[in-house]
Amino acid sequence: MNNQTKTRVLKFHVFKYNPLDCNDTPKLKTYEIEETPGMTIFVALNFIRDRLDHTLQFDFVCRAGICGSCAMVINGTPTLACRTLTSSFPAGEITLLPLPIFELIGDLSINTAKWMNDMSKDVKSWIHTQEQTNIDNIEKPMEPDIADEVFELDRCIECGCCIAACGTKRMRPKFKGAVALNKIARYALDPRDERTLEDMYEIIGDDEGVFGCMSLLGCDDTCPKHLPLQTKIAYLRRKMVQLK
Amino acid sequence: MKIFYTDTLVIGGGLAGLRVAIATQQAGHKTTVLSLIPVKRSHSAAAQGGMQASLGNSVMSKGDNEDIHFEDTVKGSDWGCDQKVARMFAHVAPKAIRELTAWGVPWTRIRKGDKKVVINSEQTTITEDENVHGLIASRDFGGTKKWRTCYTADATGHSMLFAVANEAIKNNVTILEKKEAVKLIYKDDVCYGAVVKDLMDGKISAYLAKATVIATGGYGRIYEHTTNAVICEGTGAALALETGVAKLANMEAVQFHPTGLVPNGILMTEGCRGDGGVLRDVDGYRFMPDYEPEKKELASRDVVSRRMTEHIRKGKGVPSPYGDHLWLDISILGREHIEKNLRDMQDICMSFLGIDPADEGVWIPVRPMQHYSMGGIKVDETGQSPHLKGLFSCGEAACWDLHGFNRLGGNSVAETVVSGMIIGEYVSQHCFNTNIQFDTKLANDFMKAFDEEQDLILRNICDITIKQNDKSIYDIRDKMKKIMMDKVGIFRTGSELQSAYDELQELLKQSDGVYVRTNTKSANPGLIDTLRVKKMLKLSLCITKGALDRTESRGAHTREDYPKRDDLNWLKRTLTSWEEGSYEPTVSYEELDIMNMELPPGFRGYGKKGNIIEHPDSQKRLESIEKLKEQNPSFDRFTLQNNLMPYELPSKYQEKNQRVGIGYE
Repeated sequence: MNNQTKTRVLKFHVFKYNPLDCNDTPKLKTYEIEETPGMTIFVALNFIRDRLDHTLQFDFVCRAGICGSCAMVINGTPTLACRTLTSSFPAGEITLLPLPIFELIGDLSINTAKWMNDMSKDVKSWIHTQEQTNIDNIEKPMEPDIADEVFELDRCIECGCCIAACGTKRMRPKFKGAVALNKIARYALDPRDERTLEDMYEIIGDDEGVFGCMSLLGCDDTCPKHLPLQTKIAYLRRKMVQLK
Repeated sequence: MKIFYTDTLVIGGGLAGLRVAIATQQAGHKTTVLSLIPVKRSHSAAAQGGMQASLGNSVMSKGDNEDIHFEDTVKGSDWGCDQKVARMFAHVAPKAIRELTAWGVPWTRIRKGDKKVVINSEQTTITEDENVHGLIASRDFGGTKKWRTCYTADATGHSMLFAVANEAIKNNVTILEKKEAVKLIYKDDVCYGAVVKDLMDGKISAYLAKATVIATGGYGRIYEHTTNAVICEGTGAALALETGVAKLANMEAVQFHPTGLVPNGILMTEGCRGDGGVLRDVDGYRFMPDYEPEKKELASRDVVSRRMTEHIRKGKGVPSPYGDHLWLDISILGREHIEKNLRDMQDICMSFLGIDPADEGVWIPVRPMQHYSMGGIKVDETGQSPHLKGLFSCGEAACWDLHGFNRLGGNSVAETVVSGMIIGEYVSQHCFNTNIQFDTKLANDFMKAFDEEQDLILRNICDITIKQNDKSIYDIRDKMKKIMMDKVGIFRTGSELQSAYDELQELLKQSDGVYVRTNTKSANPGLIDTLRVKKMLKLSLCITKGALDRTESRGAHTREDYPKRDDLNWLKRTLTSWEEGSYEPTVSYEELDIMNMELPPGFRGYGKKGNIIEHPDSQKRLESIEKLKEQNPSFDRFTLQNNLMPYELPSKYQEKNQRVGIGYE
């Protein structure tokens, strides 16, 4: 055989624990699989579940980095598994842990939804307006640059990486985190939302909000959508300080 | 095994399901949404390029209205759609955009003045009027006469889904995530809700409701190569099928998108071509103008996918370890445009392939892949199953029949919210008008039956690490995917379809005796997948049977042994149902009446010419339409339309749409 490309054997150390089983204890389980060209963690985990361990739990939906389901800690860094290539780990050893902070469903599967839904309610993440829109009529114009800026912040996929990477969150369990602060920045920018900065202060103007942030900026480092979290947190803090 | 009561039960938490839920909740009905996953992660989020609605704001959209959107949609469907539904849809689409605007979608807006664009691979300048500055912009998409597709860069579905999900949260809709509906509860042709399995703790419960709405999306994962998310397994449509009462329609109408990324199938939005990107072959040659001189890369998706496959078959594909592919070139649009309007595409190319498509001469490897299910649960214009009362469906899971045999780009994400608005009103009416007696014994019987089904699967336990690949459900699943891809794909023949049909039946029989790893009812993906694959096999058989019996080519359904569109014999909708215990579907048909069509069958304006077996009624209907026009020259477009094909809408959505410069004309 004239096989030029040597395939590697990858070692996956995967967190395994079923919290519903009172006899189970958390452990790392190792699986060895052959690497294929262009392999992602998505491909690898599905291979493991289909061929080696039918019980392994993890979450993928879009497998294109769009939906935010598959955030996990990969060799120490919270990121999206679906678009992480195995070739980016030269040593061939990959450790997968579920995101911390969030409720564990089992193995790598976590309940981000519950946390994010509570967050959405907490910051009231929708347009607040008294205006009744007549949907038969031409829409109100919006400055194109403003629309683009709002969209930039609207791109958050609520994957949870910023929360898992947040040093403040470890120290202040009620800290709202970058995802929530980004929502506030998004609605503060949106001319359709009638909430004033004073209203926003009521939501984030304490140490559970924008004044709690220690500026370690793990959020900004790990955000898979590259949202300008650092800039927006600094901006909100400046605006909030000016209010009082 | 608990029983819960609600007025409206919505199964599926994507855009369609959430929009229905908002409508019924606002009307005062207690509404519960069940979703496999957190709703904001639904596949709706992957709709990239945009949503069609005839706002007519931009200079390239001037003169657009419901009539043209309707016409494009009917032609796109190859006359397979329900024209009344297409009318309802075209009329409400602008309202949906404007509603979503109020809910916070940051649509890309028009800038006044000159704008550089690429049209037909040439740099051109268009100039936008001052009076449209700040209104919603639109881009070009395949199969449309006007630039009609509204967008937020290339993350339109994401922005829409978050806005709608937040609106649902605001309206206190009960959203239950990680819940899978596994059986409908029904008796005497009335649906009473569903049996539901909790995907976290494995517990079974029943949800009883006046109206049950299935909005679970498509069934792309039946195919080996698909742009669909991993949850798009069609299990919602299968729930309806397994009742033996509700029917599925036009399952053989499966769309292949021209530009799925090779190898992993991630979608490269139609916006790439809409914005001016081109397709190239192994020699770097732009081949589409040779096949489709008029619409080129922007003919409808079925046509472009076929032309690409034809070209690959001529030996013009680019060889790769993953099979032959073609190139999508967006580098000609320039870095600035790509980084602003096609940013996710660039991101995907960089993350998955390590290439930057904005670099000059760097092209994206693409190939047609399964993308959309035009077929689904057969419903009437109000979204209700004509066979199983109290069961509604909308979005991709349904065959409301907006798309016929081919869907236009930008019409699916539009259908989700528009059908959600319309059908949401009809579901509310149903809840007001229906008195129901809930039968707890019936609910308990259905829950027990499902639990017994699980027990039956769990009696076969084996350690798969010891007994490799022995009767594993994953092998059966992979075989099914391959059969569907190879034999029920873009080009189909009778002999291949027959062999696919036989093999799939065999797989369905085998699926009764598969082995799973552990016998627990929770934390057991093997069990869940066994239940789902059985459903997927049934859908595969419906698709294959429909395709085998349909001896014509229409829209996305292409029979090489029957290359013509046969209006004489096949202007009808395929209906499939499934009797309990059977290993094959039962097929029947529903005729489409040309004499009631607003737009009688003709040439689409793209694709092969002279390829139609005409129905005599087409000419007759055309003449009667012409006569009506001649006799009534004073009719405005609304009166004319109403005389040709009257249709109904909920009163809320009947008003005319306002447009720039022409008001409500």
